[in-house]
Amino acid sequence: MATQDVLQSIVHFSQLDKLVELCRANSLWPMTFGLACCAIEMMATGASRFDLARFGAEVFRPSPRQSDVMIVTGTINKKMAPAVQTLYDQMPEPKWVIAMGNCAISGGPFVFEGQYNVVEGASKLFPVDVFIPGCPPRPEALIEGILLLEEKMTGTRRWPRVVVDPMPRQPLPPEDEEQGEPATETKAEAS
Amino acid sequence: MTIDSELLRLLLYVVGFIAFIATNAAYLVWLERKEAGHIQCRIGPKEVGPFGLLQPVADGLKLMTKQLIIPKGADSFLFRLGPVLVMTPAVMCFVTIPYSDTIVARNLDVGLLAIFAFASVNVLGLLLGAWGSRNKYAVISAARVVSQNVAYEIPMLIVIVTMVMVTGTMNLHEVVTSQNGGFWHWNIFRFSASPLMPVAFLIYFVCMLAETNRAPFDMAEAESELVAGAFTEYPGMGFGVFFMGEYANIVVGTSMATILFLGGWNCPFGLWPGLHWFLIKMYALIFTVIWIRWTFPRTTFYSLLNLSWKVLIPVAFANLILTSALLKVL
Repeated sequence: MATQDVLQSIVHFSQLDKLVELCRANSLWPMTFGLACCAIEMMATGASRFDLARFGAEVFRPSPRQSDVMIVTGTINKKMAPAVQTLYDQMPEPKWVIAMGNCAISGGPFVFEGQYNVVEGASKLFPVDVFIPGCPPRPEALIEGILLLEEKMTGTRRWPRVVVDPMPRQPLPPEDEEQGEPATETKAEAS
Repeated sequence: MTIDSELLRLLLYVVGFIAFIATNAAYLVWLERKEAGHIQCRIGPKEVGPFGLLQPVADGLKLMTKQLIIPKGADSFLFRLGPVLVMTPAVMCFVTIPYSDTIVARNLDVGLLAIFAFASVNVLGLLLGAWGSRNKYAVISAARVVSQNVAYEIPMLIVIVTMVMVTGTMNLHEVVTSQNGGFWHWNIFRFSASPLMPVAFLIYFVCMLAETNRAPFDMAEAESELVAGAFTEYPGMGFGVFFMGEYANIVVGTSMATILFLGGWNCPFGLWPGLHWFLIKMYALIFTVIWIRWTFPRTTFYSLLNLSWKVLIPVAFANLILTSALLKVL
């Protein structure tokens, strides 16, 4: 664990430790806070189509004292950075951080010469466990990030990994038809 | 060496009731999350065990192994006392609740009084815990909780006084036996005592929601305004115990509604009375409590107090006067 460095005990119980890690992985309570547009995708993840609740991770706790994972959703301004840092410090161990979106990974589109107001990545402030690329990432990507975090904690993956195909192209509807049906999404595209 | 059978019986009751409360607290959380999911067109927890049934186990173990932080400058004694003071009175209430004709730990003659005396201690736990955690949001929330509970205890107790007048006893076992028979004998339909009996039940139910700090009256944990209200500084199991106390209080409140208004363990059609009917009624009421939470938004604080002082208390008083007049005349 990158961010878990306080609660290292001298005595280890292998099976009990595994059980505790399994329980922690299955009840990751995120903190209720969003910084920018990625937060909208985080809310969509909790809503009915994607349903983060399936993994027991829908309990968005408003207080940092009761949350386990901090999802940094969006741009961290230099003005906002102390507040985010305080929230991270207030979380009790063990705690994890997910950096969601390009801004939280590296500053995203705000990195240019003479840039003066954006922190270039959440990892400049505190250790980050999972990075989720995208601008903004889709809700499936956030779910995949949470599954990755669970894999990092327990060492096993919940479901077999989806093999990423090259994105199959949909044939365009013929132009002569007046009412061409829109191309339907395939499963490979959705994943 | 002989074991005192009375002592053994009480020990079994203590163990049994604590197990009952703990199981309920854990699985009502599961029910709440599942029900919330289905109300919002989601599925709810389903990956952790079959139907998500192991979710409370995972949550409980996680909360227990979380780091325990006592904030700098907080009163550590009061901070630790808060959750205990919420949980203990809720457990004490179960002493006199009769779950069937034979299942009751102590059949007190003042059972009704004892339960509502214990139930009002729970506010003190919230107040002390919030005060001890030295957090401005917690203190604001605690002040709200106290004024809310003072406001809602009055109509609730007026309704209770009405019920004591109607049934003529404070012994909960006798309260239930006075409603023996079909559903037309239950207190909620006892129109001979007062035509306002269903209204009295509604007043009791609303006050019970407010006393247990459930939405739409969850001023104790107004997360959109006050971070996490009175629980803001509680990490791990401190918060867990507060929540177990809340669910135990819901069980007590719905059990009392079942006993006072819905005929306790009596069958609606006068057949096969027993524990199962009590549990069916109790869980139907608990289901309604959760249903209300996920259907209504939180009220503002002023409309909360207005509802109590301007609507519930006058109606409860009117019911009391009407009942006493009818008892005198008939």
